[in-house]
Amino acid sequence: MHTSSTLVLVLAVFGACLVEMVEALTLVVAAGVSRGWRSALEGAAAAVLVLAVLVLAVGVPLIRYVPIDALRVIVGALLLVLGLGWLRKAILRSSGHKAPHDEDKIYDETVAELRGESGDAPSGHPTGRDPVGFAVAFKGVFLEGTEVVLIVISLGAAQHRLGLAALAAAAAVVLVTVVGVLVSRQLSEVPENTIKTAVGIMLSSFGVFWVGEGAGVHWPGSDLAIPVLVGVFLVVYLAYTALLRTLLPAAPDAVSEGVTAP
Amino acid sequence: MTNAVANAGARAARWFGRFVWDFVIGDTPELALATGVIVAVAFLLDGSEWAGAILLPLLAAGFLLASTLRGRRRAPSRPARP
Repeated sequence: MHTSSTLVLVLAVFGACLVEMVEALTLVVAAGVSRGWRSALEGAAAAVLVLAVLVLAVGVPLIRYVPIDALRVIVGALLLVLGLGWLRKAILRSSGHKAPHDEDKIYDETVAELRGESGDAPSGHPTGRDPVGFAVAFKGVFLEGTEVVLIVISLGAAQHRLGLAALAAAAAVVLVTVVGVLVSRQLSEVPENTIKTAVGIMLSSFGVFWVGEGAGVHWPGSDLAIPVLVGVFLVVYLAYTALLRTLLPAAPDAVSEGVTAP
Repeated sequence: MTNAVANAGARAARWFGRFVWDFVIGDTPELALATGVIVAVAFLLDGSEWAGAILLPLLAAGFLLASTLRGRRRAPSRPARP
């Protein structure tokens, strides 16, 4: 495996995990502030544990028992669906057709919703635990993390670098956790939309590469085709964004839709 | 007891099915379809070099444009009357 494709793998997994964990952190902090920290942290920890077990339970058998070409086609298709979806959202956001992801707004909405929950306030629970806070934190981390798990398993399995992919994801989890603990609030300063664009470009590139590789296409330059594909999708992203921004401008009310969409 | 287990299993299977559907297809079924077409074309180009290297990214870019255009909100062509 060429160094450049390994680097793209690490960057893609780290970037994907970083943005998803920043989104999860918003929900954990909202649950902690409004329903109590103990339940929120327990919910988040439980979700991380379940996700780690999923990586081991699904990833290791995939690498050991599924033929590599079939695995690459399946993985490539999955990465392509995810990558093109992320890239589509990125183009719509940068061209003004969709509102950018806003952690502050999501945080405010979640806190307001959780404080509005009546009848089972955290202080009144006999065990000192709050099931609502636990559930919100667990669900937030689990749902955001599932996409990361898929990316870790896909990229790791296709290149037989599951350990490296898991390490890159773990590094992002540790980074977001440490920063989150230090600042004790949502990380709205992280340039999520930019990182998501970069990850979308990398996932689409890996997707096309692995689908072709698994189906028997011989890429010129072998693994060096991956950074070339990254360049191609970057140009596509810039061109489509410019096209939509200049020739097909957004309606004034377009950005009011999907503010809280992931 | 057996019925309860079967019901719980059915509920879990339904939840998982919905989850996978939302995750892979969601509100952009055209991208799932695009991926299917790209996979099929890749198999047709088995053994090729430049043809695959050019056609596969081109197809992905084409489907991405179609899906993005589908997702955008069109600007009003003329100002609204007072």
